[in-house]
Amino acid sequence: MFQLFENPHYQRGISLAARTVLWAFLLLGVLLTIFPFFWGALLATHDRTTMFSSAFVLTFSDQLFNNYERLIDIMPFWIGMFNSFKIALIGTLVSLLFCSMCGYALAVFKFRGKSAIFTIMICSMMLPPILTLIPYYMIVSAIGLRDTHLAVWLPFVINPFGIFLMRQYVVASIPTALLEAAKLDGASAFRTYWSIALPLLRPGLATLAIVQFVFLWNNFLQPLVILTSTDQMVITQLLRRMQGIPNTPWGAVMLGTTISIIPLICIYLVSSKQMISGLTSGAVK
Amino acid sequence: MTNQAEITVDTPDDERSKEVRSGRLKRFLENGTPYWFLSPYIIIFGTFGIFPVFFMIFLSFHTWNPVAGLGSMRFVGLENYALSLTDPRLWKTMWNTIAIAVMSGLAQHLVALPMAYLLISLGARARHWLSTAYFLPYVTSTVAVSMIFYIMYSPQSGIINQGLNLLANGTLTSWAFGWIGQFQPIGWLQENSLIRYSISFVVFWKYVGFNIVIYAAGLSTINQELYEAAKIDGASHMQRFRYVALPLLKPFIFFAVTLTIIGNMQLFDEPYVLTRGLQQATSNGMTISNYLYRIGWEWLDMGSAAAVSWILFVVIALFTGLYFWLFGRQGLGGNE
Repeated sequence: MFQLFENPHYQRGISLAARTVLWAFLLLGVLLTIFPFFWGALLATHDRTTMFSSAFVLTFSDQLFNNYERLIDIMPFWIGMFNSFKIALIGTLVSLLFCSMCGYALAVFKFRGKSAIFTIMICSMMLPPILTLIPYYMIVSAIGLRDTHLAVWLPFVINPFGIFLMRQYVVASIPTALLEAAKLDGASAFRTYWSIALPLLRPGLATLAIVQFVFLWNNFLQPLVILTSTDQMVITQLLRRMQGIPNTPWGAVMLGTTISIIPLICIYLVSSKQMISGLTSGAVK
Repeated sequence: MTNQAEITVDTPDDERSKEVRSGRLKRFLENGTPYWFLSPYIIIFGTFGIFPVFFMIFLSFHTWNPVAGLGSMRFVGLENYALSLTDPRLWKTMWNTIAIAVMSGLAQHLVALPMAYLLISLGARARHWLSTAYFLPYVTSTVAVSMIFYIMYSPQSGIINQGLNLLANGTLTSWAFGWIGQFQPIGWLQENSLIRYSISFVVFWKYVGFNIVIYAAGLSTINQELYEAAKIDGASHMQRFRYVALPLLKPFIFFAVTLTIIGNMQLFDEPYVLTRGLQQATSNGMTISNYLYRIGWEWLDMGSAAAVSWILFVVIALFTGLYFWLFGRQGLGGNE
């Protein structure tokens, strides 16, 4: 374990005891972080009787399949999962298109009103979403989009953070000479953007896709006020509602909660490095 | 280029004027190009960003029940503001929000800084695995983890109380933890005096990893030679942290704390789920966003909710403004 201390500055002068304490501390942190997930998965195998006995249980039980049947019974679980996935996927794809278009325009073109748009974008990043929640709800109702998925993802496809990110990538990774050459060859502005700029922006698009997908998958407030029929609801909403029914079958609800976390955890385990750097890219440039 | 020029010279007059006209159209399209590219932003932000802000000003001077339709809107002047500002529940929820924000926020940063410092003292592989673990809660849905914590906090059968019982009654640990027994079952989310701490812990747990990663990234940008120089000058481990790492980390701290302030002041999901969305408006766990949701969507008084949103906005702006004014120059100055 100790060969992990590759950094020579720290190897010197740290005693074995200090290292043990350090590792104990760091691993305790890991334990505290992971435990709730483990606990949720563990309770997914229990039913009410074993869960609510006051004995201290730390073992898996055998109620997984019963819980699953219960889960399917009390709510349209897979419809909820599908709705969440659909909203996150469509919202992400559209935002990749729109944010890269805006970022490209801000990076490549000179035009009147550019600095005004910049200022507005920066200000809008400071606008708390809760402030616009009521008019958002009203507009959505007024144009007849209440209880539709479109209303849930549409406002988020022009994430100003994403636009700035795209602008940075265009500036950093697309040489002006390349765009000039495309123009001389007679490519239209859109064509230049689509066939030349966009492929070069792939790493930036991947980062933005992660940020947007995670946000849209986990978003709760907008669906809560917009989606009212059970078949339209996203998974977080459906799970939350289960708190309200009498004698909540917590084993089933924990099973649902655990399954709802799994997709993101899988993506995270495969690409944790990219996800971490994407989600913190506002801070670390 | 030269070829094109020759061709234009050779074309007859009427053809040429056609070309000039199509050139004009082309130039018009070209001049408009940036705006075409920006049109999605302009349209969507106009609809969901700019219009709402102005509409909120308008709405906050009216009463409106959304169920009764737009016709039920009635001008009431400053009544919404007067009612909200004299509503003791508003100040109570405001205070709750600030208390939870400060508690969870302070804990996050006070833990994240030393943790990040310890992390970067490790090798790249260990650092990667540990940050992956710490960052995990940030990726998962707030609602899902709050549901799990809701169960863990359960008074009779939650793992937290069961663990405490075990400590209180265990033969080896009862001398130290026996006193907890008399308080059992502890209603972490039911006791008004505990609920803020319980909510704060979940918020802390969810976001501390994010801050650890930001601080670790910040610390890794610091040139190792600076530490080395300080070490040669006889600085201890603590002194190197205090006088070398911390000042260079200022822009990162500034950024992370700003995010915490803005995010925590709008806290909604965690308290909503942990209290099943059912708590009293006078509860200690009710944040101002929860109260706003209650006024607007449960009491159906959108005008008052709009006024409350503005009050919340002003408070957030004041806090961030104060923070920028106090630390902004230092924070950003470190960046140069």
